Amino acid sequence: MELTGAEITVRCLQEEGVEFVFGYPGGAVLNIYDEIFKQKHFKHVLVRHEQAAVHAADGYARASGKTGVALVTSGPGATNAVTGIATAYMDSIPLVIISGQVPTPAIGLDAFQEVDTVGITRPCVKHNFLVKDIAQLADTLARAFYIAASGRPGPVLVDIPKDVTQQKTEFAYPQKVSLRSYNPVTKGHPGQIKKAVQLLLGAKRPMIYTGGGVILSDAAPQLTELVRRLGFPCTSTLMGLGGFPATDPLFLGMLGMHGTYEANMAMQHCDVLLAIGARFDDRVIGNPDHFFQEPKQVIHVDIDPASISKRVRVDVPIVGSVADVLGEMLKLIKGAKEQPDEGALKTWWTQVELWRSRDCLHFDRTSKLIKPQAVIEQLYAVTNGAAFVTSDVGQHQMWTAQFYKFAQPRHWISSGGLGTMGFGLPSAMGVQLAHPDATVACVTGEASIQMCIQELSTCKQYHLPIKIVNLNNRYMGMVRQWQEFFYGNRYAESYVDALPDFVKLAESYGHVGMRIESPSDVEGALKEAFSMKERLVFLDFITDQTENVYPMVPSGKGLSEMILV
Amino acid sequence: MRHIISLLMENEAGALSRVAGLFSARGYNIESLTVAPTEDATLSRMTILTRGSDEVLEQIIKQLNKLIDVVKVVDLNEGSHIERELMLVKVKAAGKDREEMKRMADIFRGRIIDVTDKTYTVELTGTGSKLDAFLEALEEGTILETVRTGACGVGRGERVLKV
Repeated sequence: MELTGAEITVRCLQEEGVEFVFGYPGGAVLNIYDEIFKQKHFKHVLVRHEQAAVHAADGYARASGKTGVALVTSGPGATNAVTGIATAYMDSIPLVIISGQVPTPAIGLDAFQEVDTVGITRPCVKHNFLVKDIAQLADTLARAFYIAASGRPGPVLVDIPKDVTQQKTEFAYPQKVSLRSYNPVTKGHPGQIKKAVQLLLGAKRPMIYTGGGVILSDAAPQLTELVRRLGFPCTSTLMGLGGFPATDPLFLGMLGMHGTYEANMAMQHCDVLLAIGARFDDRVIGNPDHFFQEPKQVIHVDIDPASISKRVRVDVPIVGSVADVLGEMLKLIKGAKEQPDEGALKTWWTQVELWRSRDCLHFDRTSKLIKPQAVIEQLYAVTNGAAFVTSDVGQHQMWTAQFYKFAQPRHWISSGGLGTMGFGLPSAMGVQLAHPDATVACVTGEASIQMCIQELSTCKQYHLPIKIVNLNNRYMGMVRQWQEFFYGNRYAESYVDALPDFVKLAESYGHVGMRIESPSDVEGALKEAFSMKERLVFLDFITDQTENVYPMVPSGKGLSEMILV
Repeated sequence: MRHIISLLMENEAGALSRVAGLFSARGYNIESLTVAPTEDATLSRMTILTRGSDEVLEQIIKQLNKLIDVVKVVDLNEGSHIERELMLVKVKAAGKDREEMKRMADIFRGRIIDVTDKTYTVELTGTGSKLDAFLEALEEGTILETVRTGACGVGRGERVLKV
């Protein structure tokens, strides 16, 4: 039977087992929306801004491990989606974004709501397609899903002109996709893995550094087993938190610009470094030359060959899926005659514990003002460390990473690479839809939350009982911190003036709002909010305006050159 | 160091812009780029002349391989190879210069493919440096127009870049 392009699009989504499509209708996608209206296989979630559609699909993907889907119209629909797409691209999140396009004959004529979507998104997608021929539509959508989720995942955009959604053709969904130009490696090279294991077992000052690849590859069990078996210290990037339980004494906390003293010092002074699904980015190791002032051998496991030897030289590169490579490493370690050098390891741990005893995350617990760190500590306690936590970007994000001890993968949802303010609330919607019965918190600040605050309306419509923890210090805190440290306290445009009354704002959207101004009320307010299982609660914590995130490695400096409190 | 990269890619709309976009986005240098379909019309072959350290070249090759449309990439400098570039030069050829111009074209094994009473158009094929040498050998002020294709290259002997 012949189907229209719109019917085919909807059928393809059904074939892929899509549960939710996050979107916003418009002229170029009306045919597709008409078909969505007629079906019951998946649910459409109407956001209030296309950026939020992509962030929500992204949050859904990060929390569920499935591919997220967003649907936007041509022109402004597509340009609004770009921030979300770039966010997902930087963090390697599998998404399929379907955008409407003006009818094929109108392309290039500056038609109403026309934009070169494929051109605009090219640098921030894993791949994109413009479907000009309806015969290619089903194939292209199947390819999009395959490319998005395989290898190093990423967003794939499919741009569909309106006339293609009207034309008809026979529908058959390809059962298998294969591309001669795209064959991602999964198995690591056995010789390299063997070499890596020998190096690890011979190490005197070993260190394990893990990243988002562990989460994406669902390799937390393998990683946990490996680290515990070796007894080596382990750290994680912002993106990798939850890959290894932060409650384990082998975990030194997050590393990098706002990493712990012990993690950064151990990174700097180790002799063998095992990097797993991480990419040595500038916020993580700071200045690469300084990093190698202490000579070390580097083993790097990553599914993307281009991530290896990009910022630092690598001695043992292993291209492959993290889960697979770690599994192979474990087998070899279990079968190995030699064991880690216990004496050396003991000396190394003594040193590491000395660094740890510096207690670099301490803060003033006697303050009469609410300390943001204390709020996160309480959040951790009240949610038993088991909540899904999303964040926006800035100080609150770093404090959450430092003080919420994530013990499970896919529970920490944050924009790491692009650092997108406005990500927190819409991504929390995707998380809550993926896990309807789970506790979901969005930690944010008064500046970030206003970048996608319109989504409070979406939350009301779909009954999403997210708990918004707003650390309100009346400043773009991280900007203010940099201005304090590096710009002589000149707080240029970082004061957030004319703030709304967030309590009333939440109430006007039909939610519950609370303002908390005293440290003694923090715990009670959180308990009360989280006991309201059916309601979204906006907790507006009025926090200490002068608090800074420590430790801090200033931009361009070496990992061990931290500013400490 | 100068490198000549050959690649095969799907002959699809926008494929060229993915490669060009990659080079500009990552700050890689392109000295020349040529592209045309191969005997298999579904594939295009591209030759890129670039400069960079070994580390940069390694990244360029990896990043090119990462593009979904790219089927195969090779750095021709890894083995011996042949490269050729085509140039068309329109030169002044009047009076006493006319005979001299003909001689120069002959010396460089160029062919004169268009003639007017005041100009010659010379077709010249060779490596980039040979073409440079020809332009340098011409007297100042005699060149009216220069068009170069950029280099294309192929491995020597039985080394083949094929799907």
